[in-house]
Amino acid sequence: MVEETVHPFSKYLRSAMIPHIWCSGCGNGIILNCFIHALDELQKDLDKLVVVSGIGCIGRTAGYVNTDSFHTTHGRSLAFATGVKLGNPELDVVVISGDGDLFAIGGNHFIHAARRNIGLKVICANNFNYGMTGGQQGPTTPLEGLTATTPYGNIEHPFNLVHLAAASGATYVARWTTLHVRRLTLSIKKMLQKEGFCFVEAIAPCPEIFGRYNKMRTGLEMMDWFKRASVVENFSDPSKAEISSEKIVVGEFVDIKKLSYERFLYEKIANINERKIKW
Amino acid sequence: MSKSEVVLTGAHFMNGDVACAEGALMAGCRFFGGYPITPATEIAEHLSERMPEFGGIYIQMEDEIGSIAAVIGASYTGLKAMTATSGPGFSLMQENIGLAVMTETPCVIVDIMRGGPSTGQPTLPSQQDVMQAKWGSHGDYGIIALSPCSVQEMFDLTIEAFNLAEIYRVPTLLMGDEVVGHMWEKVTIPPPEKMRIVNRKKPNVSPSKYEPFMPDDDLVPPMACFGEGFRFHATGLTHDEHGYPRTSSSADQSKLVTRLCEKISGNADKIIKVEQVMLDDADVVVVAYGIVARSALSAVKKAREAGIKAGLLRLITLWPFPEMHVERVAEQAKAIVVPEMNCGQMVREVERIAKETPVSFLSKLGEDPHTPKEILGMIRRSV
Repeated sequence: MVEETVHPFSKYLRSAMIPHIWCSGCGNGIILNCFIHALDELQKDLDKLVVVSGIGCIGRTAGYVNTDSFHTTHGRSLAFATGVKLGNPELDVVVISGDGDLFAIGGNHFIHAARRNIGLKVICANNFNYGMTGGQQGPTTPLEGLTATTPYGNIEHPFNLVHLAAASGATYVARWTTLHVRRLTLSIKKMLQKEGFCFVEAIAPCPEIFGRYNKMRTGLEMMDWFKRASVVENFSDPSKAEISSEKIVVGEFVDIKKLSYERFLYEKIANINERKIKW
Repeated sequence: MSKSEVVLTGAHFMNGDVACAEGALMAGCRFFGGYPITPATEIAEHLSERMPEFGGIYIQMEDEIGSIAAVIGASYTGLKAMTATSGPGFSLMQENIGLAVMTETPCVIVDIMRGGPSTGQPTLPSQQDVMQAKWGSHGDYGIIALSPCSVQEMFDLTIEAFNLAEIYRVPTLLMGDEVVGHMWEKVTIPPPEKMRIVNRKKPNVSPSKYEPFMPDDDLVPPMACFGEGFRFHATGLTHDEHGYPRTSSSADQSKLVTRLCEKISGNADKIIKVEQVMLDDADVVVVAYGIVARSALSAVKKAREAGIKAGLLRLITLWPFPEMHVERVAEQAKAIVVPEMNCGQMVREVERIAKETPVSFLSKLGEDPHTPKEILGMIRRSV
């Protein structure tokens, strides 16, 4: 008789939604795993946690986690999450979405959410292309990178996400690859404990789509690139944090204290009403 | 509830945008997310001052897409939430109005209509967005849209819009125009205890038994909020009663989309409001809405003075379309006149229902709404 065993992390997942849709070799499962480890290590109250995703492969994460969750329209995860965080500032609001969702169609919401320093915790799975639609060029596709829509090589300069996040005002900024599971988990833990807008970029392998176009056909080959090229440069200048075939600069780049939008707002509301009463 | 929370009970002289903002506060709105746009900006300005006094949230978002998305998010935390805009912003909001429909999010969207298309005439009135109100987002859905004709109704119908949004879990649109938005008139605000304020149905089952999109008999599912321990999922994808995606099942698509339409059409008799003036013996009936209905009323009275049996059917609810009322009018009247500040939008609905009864249309674009004289001329030509 085989005893039925329950995985200790089962409580974090909606079993009805599993199996997930992700390809073999995809990094999204690793990111979800790191996120759940972070929740477990912090013993987060799952009743007070909201996970918001946009559209794309990683966008399905909201459906997999056993918390309140919302799968928004393409690009609007941060704007939706802004309403959630302000509506109930006691909730931990985590946005898990992709590079296209957060930085192409949703780029405006990203820079403004960071500028306001609203207490959203953002994990961006960066796989350098639009995986779900079959591998088109995106805002992080490297120069000369091959995709379904750049068959002659990409001629657009990619965003440096950690530089953009830092310049926009984020209070915590880090970049890891899915090879760096321990440090990725630590960064997620760290941002979950911080006030204000926090951003973790998780570079993820997409062997089925991006890798197929760029001579890294297996997850192992893509992970091998991460292993070979990654250099930890903690608190180095994020504007110089390059991603190339030779070098991927990873690490923590920003860790500062700044009054969050929601704290500022609620303090102001309290002050306004105190003053009016005195009148 | 904050201690300085006070609604302005009594008689006031205010403009329509401010009346809308005060109506929202009375209705219990505690979240406004918006972006400045003429001629709706005064709603945002007024709420930026008043909302904090009620302990509510005012946020200026980076654009109208962000505004409606934040409103949907706030509504999911249990707050009554709204945004206000005009044509260009209303266009930007359409995709997420569809998200609000699909996720059955109670919220109010105010569109103070100005001249379009595109940037058009920002300071002049129009009724050019009334079809967009029904059909603007992709896919089939039911929606509610109301049309205020006075500053008092900017107040009253904003409250009504919140009530309907909460009852039917549907985005509800207040389709004002530049005139009712900017016009100053007397508004009477009753004491709060005299107001009918409705709040959304909450689930009465334990979290383990809660199915977030399982409707009651009225086709509306009870709504839990984030943070209450229900741990539910909502998505813009086609979904089942659990909220889980069902993207390749025709049965689920048919079931969900049909219900989203029928929860509005099936409750139309409870939702629809019209004003009927001198219809009993009317030979000519003017069907009008919004500010144009004020001119129409004047024209109908003048026609009666001149011995013409004229009447007015004023549409307070635009969507769902008051088919029954128009049908009754069409059965009795010899002619129907539809004046609109557009190139002919709601007149299409009137024609669809009127069938044999001749319908004449009077367009007005730019500058002021129709004068009573212009509508009277149309009434005379119709008899």
